[in-house]
Amino acid sequence: MSFRYEIRLSGSGGQGLILAGKILAEAAAIYDNKNATQSQSYGPEARGGSSRSEVIISDEEIDYPKAVNIDFLLCFTQEACDKYCVDIKEKGILLVDSDYVTKVPEGKFTVHKVPITTIAEKQAGKSLVANIVALGIITGLTGIVSKKAVESAVLSRVPKGTEDLNTKAFNLGIDLARELK
Amino acid sequence: MFRYEYYLRNKHFPHIWCTGCGCGIILKSLLRAIDRSALSKDEIALISGIGCSSRTPGYVDFNTLHTTHGRALAFATGLKLAKPDLKVIVVSGDGDATAIGGNHFIHTARRNIDITAIIYNNHIYGMTGGQASPTTPLGKRGSTAPYGSIEPDFDISGLAIAAGASFVARSTCYHAVQLDKFIEKGLSKKGFSLIEVLSPCPTYYSRPNRLGTAVDMMRWYKENSIPFARAKDMSAEERRDKVITGILHDIERPEFCEEYKRLTERVKGT
Amino acid sequence: MTSSNNTDTRLMTGNEACAEAALVAGMRFFAGYPITPSSEIAEVLARKLPSSGGVFIQMEDEIGSIAAIIGASLAGVKAMTATSGPGFSLMQENIGYAAMTEVPVVIVNVQRGGPSTGLPTLPSQSDVMQARWGTHGDHPVIAVVPSTVYETFVWTIKAFNFSEQYRVPVIVLLDEIIAHINEKITIPAHDELAIIDRTLSSQPPESYLPYKNTPSGVPLFAGFGTGYRYHVTGLCHDETGFPSSNARIVEELYLRLNRKIDQHRNDIIEYQTLDLDDAEICIVAYGSSARSAQRAVRIARQDGIKVGLFKPFVLWPFPGEELAELTRKAKTIIVPEMNLGQIAHEVSCATRKDVVSVNRVDGTLITPQEIVKRIYDVQV
Repeated sequence: MSFRYEIRLSGSGGQGLILAGKILAEAAAIYDNKNATQSQSYGPEARGGSSRSEVIISDEEIDYPKAVNIDFLLCFTQEACDKYCVDIKEKGILLVDSDYVTKVPEGKFTVHKVPITTIAEKQAGKSLVANIVALGIITGLTGIVSKKAVESAVLSRVPKGTEDLNTKAFNLGIDLARELK
Repeated sequence: MFRYEYYLRNKHFPHIWCTGCGCGIILKSLLRAIDRSALSKDEIALISGIGCSSRTPGYVDFNTLHTTHGRALAFATGLKLAKPDLKVIVVSGDGDATAIGGNHFIHTARRNIDITAIIYNNHIYGMTGGQASPTTPLGKRGSTAPYGSIEPDFDISGLAIAAGASFVARSTCYHAVQLDKFIEKGLSKKGFSLIEVLSPCPTYYSRPNRLGTAVDMMRWYKENSIPFARAKDMSAEERRDKVITGILHDIERPEFCEEYKRLTERVKGT
Repeated sequence: MTSSNNTDTRLMTGNEACAEAALVAGMRFFAGYPITPSSEIAEVLARKLPSSGGVFIQMEDEIGSIAAIIGASLAGVKAMTATSGPGFSLMQENIGYAAMTEVPVVIVNVQRGGPSTGLPTLPSQSDVMQARWGTHGDHPVIAVVPSTVYETFVWTIKAFNFSEQYRVPVIVLLDEIIAHINEKITIPAHDELAIIDRTLSSQPPESYLPYKNTPSGVPLFAGFGTGYRYHVTGLCHDETGFPSSNARIVEELYLRLNRKIDQHRNDIIEYQTLDLDDAEICIVAYGSSARSAQRAVRIARQDGIKVGLFKPFVLWPFPGEELAELTRKAKTIIVPEMNLGQIAHEVSCATRKDVVSVNRVDGTLITPQEIVKRIYDVQV
């Protein structure tokens, strides 16, 4: 049976969502040997503005590379949440960073509210790695990519010298997912 | 014994230039300078844009490239970087170099790439019929400035100095012997060298401006040129409407091809 | 397949694949000017060329960029520039110069919304006609339109091959989607890739004619500074390279310039078909739109609709004859493109069939559903 899993990571520029998307796609495509694409939509701002990174994971060739029927939506801003929650499919998952998203919409999907940025800051030591904490939660909740694959992809993509910090952040996310399930 | 014929593509003569035009004088000066520099014909690339001066490459037996309007220096930059052992020379007019090609002009000077540019300044677009150029002096006429130009004119040499050229000299078609020397010096200079040459256009500049014949223009150059050394102590008022000739600028600066080579060595080394 | 295998499988964007492929093709001179969404090509090459024995230079503008690569190519070095809409517009005059003087160069245009500054960060396919007719005069050109990262790799190499073989400027038309998408690509082993270099003259310099006609219509090349002292001009010229306005010589030149592409069109044109054999409806799509079209065909086929896809890899010369032949039995042709119908018109001329356009010019990739809807519309 063929499957197609659509993930959208949304928020604002500078939150590391494009990198998170690349890591996820790399984990699926290279380390888990599935097919994956990561694409993005961005504005003129390098910091701020809206940012959207989409990952499609499939066991067959991915033609249309955009997410239209979302299995998993991550929102790092209220604006993104308001805008994109309508694209989540039935029984899909919505994960919001409750540090930024306070009004969570209702729908026929599962909602997880996690203060991702606070956890990154307090428990990993840097709010900067909130994107990697989120990756851990996504990995744990969906099982769409293996933990090992994402861990390898994280290490291959993050700057040298930050490996421990990012591994810690990723494992925090994995643990959080276990609690949420 | 020096023979122009050795360097010329003789079967392509007669040339297209008007009687009294300065292009031929500059061409001969360039050939004498090349001969004195002991450069082989194979190692010279002569590149031009569009205009009367830009027809020069067609007449000489080098690697010759007649490009698009204003872009000669950009073509030359690519060729020089791809083959640094070539001696790359650009000939260009005032309009070609400082109007449409102004951007390439300042950036070629800024990079200080080892190219020699000879700018024929006749204050007018000759090829297209005498339209005003960025070096048409204030008040002088061109076919597109029928009431006299109301725009201040560019100082080509000053522009090159400000932008970073390592060698800048100015001469005129009257001072052919001096010009030989400047071109020769420019050719031997490592870096961007620029020689501005005031050149008569009896057809399209002198006539509408009632400046007389080509001979009158040569006389004017003779009588109104002031050597740089002397001009330094003169007031702005005394220098008005005069041509300051000489080596205006001669400094040592890192040359771009060598800097690029150093970069590649540094990158490979790490 | 994992990363530990010997095959080189990576996650890569179209822009990265384009830069990597250029290096594999032997490109050793890049000149460019920053512009979204093409800048990553320059960035990759700025990192890699200095250690690969090549030259990277950031020029003062796009006009200077294409001038510099033509200058470098005259020295015998494979050269490339990359840009996007506004920069592509600025390059047009010198693209014509390269066509006229038969200097091989590759120009990558990552399409974004236009005209003018348009939509700098969003995709478009509105430069397809500009690629063909952007510069003044009658001139031959080759333009390729990959739709995946892998195809970008392969077709960048082929772009260099065409350019070297036929001595023409070749345009690689990407769009923002392909340029920025991260996709899995297995890089073909180098010995599996054909790399073509321009044919050099073996004539002694005294008898070398730089623009002499040959059976292929392509003159033999001699690099500047190799002992062949010849003249290159954008003016109409005879086989010696010197200007001529002799009517016979001028006409011969123009006809040869066009003939050298026309007579090799079968070697140049390449396309892919999907489910076209029994198709009553044919979709013609290229670049990223072809990805949506492929999905649409799969969806509609599940409903039993006889629909197929024609996807050109080479857009210019246009594969009109091939398309006409393959769609003989089709009733309708649907052309989805991110412009207002530029290729639809070409398809209509080539096939003389009913052509239905699906257009989007809002910086958004056409969705498969939009194409599927049109398939149902024309079905009834």
